Amino acid sequence: MIAILAVLALPLLGAAVLAFVGERPYASRVNVAASLATFLAAAGLTIDVIAHGPQVALGRQFLVDPFNVFLVALTAFVAFTTSVFSRPYMLIEAEHGRLTVARLRLYHGMYQLFTFTMLLALLTNNVGVLWVAMEGATLTTVLLVSLYRTPASLEAAWKYFILCGVGIAQALFGTILLYFAAEKVLGAGGNALLWTELDAVRADLEPTVLAIAFVFLLVGYGTKVGLVPLHNWLPDAHAEGPTPVSAVLSGLLLNVALYAVVRCKVLVDGALPGAFARNLMMGFGLVSVVVAAFLLLRQRDIKRLFAYSSIEHMGIITFAFGLGGPVANFAALLHMTVHSLTKSAIFFAAGHAAQKTGTQIMHDIRGLVTISPVVGWGLALGALAILGMPPFGVFASEFLILTTAMREQPWATPFLLAALGVAFAAIFSKVQPMVFGDTTATRLPVRPAMLPVFVHLALVLMLGLWIPPFLAQWYRSAAQLIG
Amino acid sequence: MTIGAQLINLFAAILLLLAFAMLSQRRVVSLIDLFAAQGLVLALSTAVVAYTTSQPHLYQSVALTLLLKVFLLPWLLYRMVRRLDVRWEFEGLVNIPTTMLIGIVLVVFAFNLALPISEIASTVTRSTLGIAIASVMLSFLMMIVRRKAIPQVIGFLAMENGLFFAATSATYGMPMVVELGIALDVLVGMLILGVFFFQIREQFDSLDLKNLEQLRDEQMSPPGASPKAERVSPEPKQR
Repeated sequence: MIAILAVLALPLLGAAVLAFVGERPYASRVNVAASLATFLAAAGLTIDVIAHGPQVALGRQFLVDPFNVFLVALTAFVAFTTSVFSRPYMLIEAEHGRLTVARLRLYHGMYQLFTFTMLLALLTNNVGVLWVAMEGATLTTVLLVSLYRTPASLEAAWKYFILCGVGIAQALFGTILLYFAAEKVLGAGGNALLWTELDAVRADLEPTVLAIAFVFLLVGYGTKVGLVPLHNWLPDAHAEGPTPVSAVLSGLLLNVALYAVVRCKVLVDGALPGAFARNLMMGFGLVSVVVAAFLLLRQRDIKRLFAYSSIEHMGIITFAFGLGGPVANFAALLHMTVHSLTKSAIFFAAGHAAQKTGTQIMHDIRGLVTISPVVGWGLALGALAILGMPPFGVFASEFLILTTAMREQPWATPFLLAALGVAFAAIFSKVQPMVFGDTTATRLPVRPAMLPVFVHLALVLMLGLWIPPFLAQWYRSAAQLIG
Repeated sequence: MTIGAQLINLFAAILLLLAFAMLSQRRVVSLIDLFAAQGLVLALSTAVVAYTTSQPHLYQSVALTLLLKVFLLPWLLYRMVRRLDVRWEFEGLVNIPTTMLIGIVLVVFAFNLALPISEIASTVTRSTLGIAIASVMLSFLMMIVRRKAIPQVIGFLAMENGLFFAATSATYGMPMVVELGIALDVLVGMLILGVFFFQIREQFDSLDLKNLEQLRDEQMSPPGASPKAERVSPEPKQR
């Protein structure tokens, strides 16, 4: 219980401190320290759960179960490594004159608040608070996307705000309907929105209302997941914001939004006899995979390319949750983990590559290996990992998803395979010349922090070869919970 | 039908009228007035619901609505309009009569959608659920057809009003912690938008959203000719 409070309080405290000292030279160190403290608290929570099992704390307001404990650890970890990466990155950006030192205060404060909203969304047991936290996550990142104040970044931030705002309003309506159904069974009051309570009575919830509610919830949170056709904000926000923000958006926000969808799906599955929620998720997922894969071919901007790749992978995960069953759910959870690690690593590498060459246009980025072997190899290995090359964890999860799809929904397999093939061709053919080839770029004034990239990739490699037993156990019990 | 229920229906009807009025209103200042009026009607109807059904916790949301949607947000919007000096809005995407017709279709659709839900609802306000969904959809329509930033935001806030009304008519309001959270989000969102408007204004000298339609996948333009390449390429020269 103390661990839960610590996980939530530390980023808030960090934000409060950084709101005052955020523009000082040592602020980026404070940011790293706050993120490290949060990560340590999350690690403490994880150890606690390994030792004592799932728990509900503080008047049932907070919940830690196998489904969210690994996401909490993952979120805190990626937030920490991103803060390590962002230290030299933002210094270089400031040196390039893309932002003033004063604006770093906004950046640091909002970064911590964003971490807080993510962790709150994961840990809360209240479906209403989950909504509040998701909306908070949009609000904290809008000004981060427009941090450079360029016309393009303002446009991206505006689009992000309006699309996600409207989307999340749909999710609020879904939540209201959920409460409406729950109130009939559980009585009025705050308890009727507690997920554990809802889960206990899910078979008694009114099916028609839950079906309508799920449509709104899927569309609402799905906007934040970046599911096609609600994905328009995603590439712009990723391409125009600072790279650390792209990394946390892709690595964390999309995961947490999908987590919200899946939590609701569990309730709907219990109330509805058919496979209504599953079919919807499979449909949205498959469309996202296919559309995103073909859009990958047309990209010229390196961060847009990987933003579309995030849409594709979120589609794969949504599809897998839609398939359901122990294997597909296991694979989806694994894919959430490895995608988050790999994609943030790629954004770190891509960010430094763009800084070194002074452009995000892939055509102008050439010969990274000669300028900086670490950045070049980081990007090459990251791209190979995200494309699902065998030793990496993405291969394992995609393989599981594909084989399950072949067995249970054979019609979907050709679409998935074709999309994966197209995505492979698109990303590989664009990354290969960026990494190798001739170059004219110069050295950077500050040494880039490439350690996070390799730590992430090493973890992804490890997950491809060996999943720690406690993690596998969590995946299995979470898969069972999701059904 | 009791007098309370009749009052609630009356307020609901006024709410729908206000939603249509917002759809047809071109002047930004009048739009803010309409938004404030909508907030007031919402608060009154919630107060009637609270009184007739003796739900004391609803009085808290009445107070919250009054404070936030009748005073604070309109005041912030007025201030913004004054400081940014935008009084008029000339062009919508679709002309007003067409917008109204689309609005009527949306209302019919909303009532259809609300039918199965209000059938199983036990609240005195269940008949107003259709109106609540209709006003959400009308606000949505307003966001789609408006070209300027401030009317879009007012549409966004009006949508939140509609959702709040849906919550009171279906369930006598959400749990307090959720309602407070929503209010906080709306307020913070408004403040962030205020900052954001000034950024847009500084950059483009106008709040017309057609300035914000440059981002594309850029596959069509020849390499190096896109606005993005121009924007980023000066950097190497600085070093």
